[in-house]
Amino acid sequence: MTATVKYDEVEVGQEIPAAEYRVRRVNLVMYAGASGDFNPIHWNERFAKAVGLPDVIAHGMYTMAQGGRFVTDWAGDPAAVVDYGVRFSSMVVVPDDDEGATITVSGVVEEKLDDQRVVVGLTARADDAQVLSKARAVVRLA
Amino acid sequence: MALNRDFVGRTYASSAPYEVSRVKIREFAAAIGDANPIYRDKEAARAAGHPDVVAPPTFPIVFSLQGGSEALVDPDLGLNIAMVVHGEQRFEYTRPIHAGDELVTRATITDIRSAGRNELMTIRSEVTTVSGEPVCTTYNTIVERGGAA
Repeated sequence: MTATVKYDEVEVGQEIPAAEYRVRRVNLVMYAGASGDFNPIHWNERFAKAVGLPDVIAHGMYTMAQGGRFVTDWAGDPAAVVDYGVRFSSMVVVPDDDEGATITVSGVVEEKLDDQRVVVGLTARADDAQVLSKARAVVRLA
Repeated sequence: MALNRDFVGRTYASSAPYEVSRVKIREFAAAIGDANPIYRDKEAARAAGHPDVVAPPTFPIVFSLQGGSEALVDPDLGLNIAMVVHGEQRFEYTRPIHAGDELVTRATITDIRSAGRNELMTIRSEVTTVSGEPVCTTYNTIVERGGAA
């Protein structure tokens, strides 16, 4: 467990620069296969619309995973994330085109805890909607 | 249709241990678009101090609902799966998961409640090794859209 960010060099209020993650239909098909979540709302437009959704939507867990990637890339070691939780506040609608959707994630160090741990608050947006709320990760730094 | 509150407190154990493999971690990392070598390369993981490749923080979603899914399809619960979306999710780690782990899960339905027109159900899953070492606890809240209408 060797995070590259040092606890002593991090301050409360420090911002982690935003990153953009593209999501296209193929990513949802891959995620369905890897996760075992084959709910057709994530790959079948006809089904999604029949149950009242605007179009195919990303798995909430796909969006959460992008937030996780954002934090592990910052920390330098995936094992540094000791707690990670989110609320799914809005859907990420993924149209059937080459552009797909874009999830923009940013973060801020909200709190320094004991044992080299910090709380990172995350913001994730797609199409100007906040898609994750109450998103926070506890990360053990070096 | 309202969900059956009698299900609160019920516990479901995974039927067999889940064996975490390098191949599955690699597949999952590829699916989330994460090229981190600690997910893909045993030597890179060892160089970073891990016994083997590490699983991404959200990886337990692959197996942790195995037990709970049995409840979701029980007709007595009254859940319309077609209307389900994910409400909240949390992973609380005692230690990282890595390839070679053999994990068992005990899923407990901890809460069922209404919120506006929706029904919400929370499942807590305790993940341990087959020898009982705690690994992580996951909290999963699903939303049945229109379920309380």
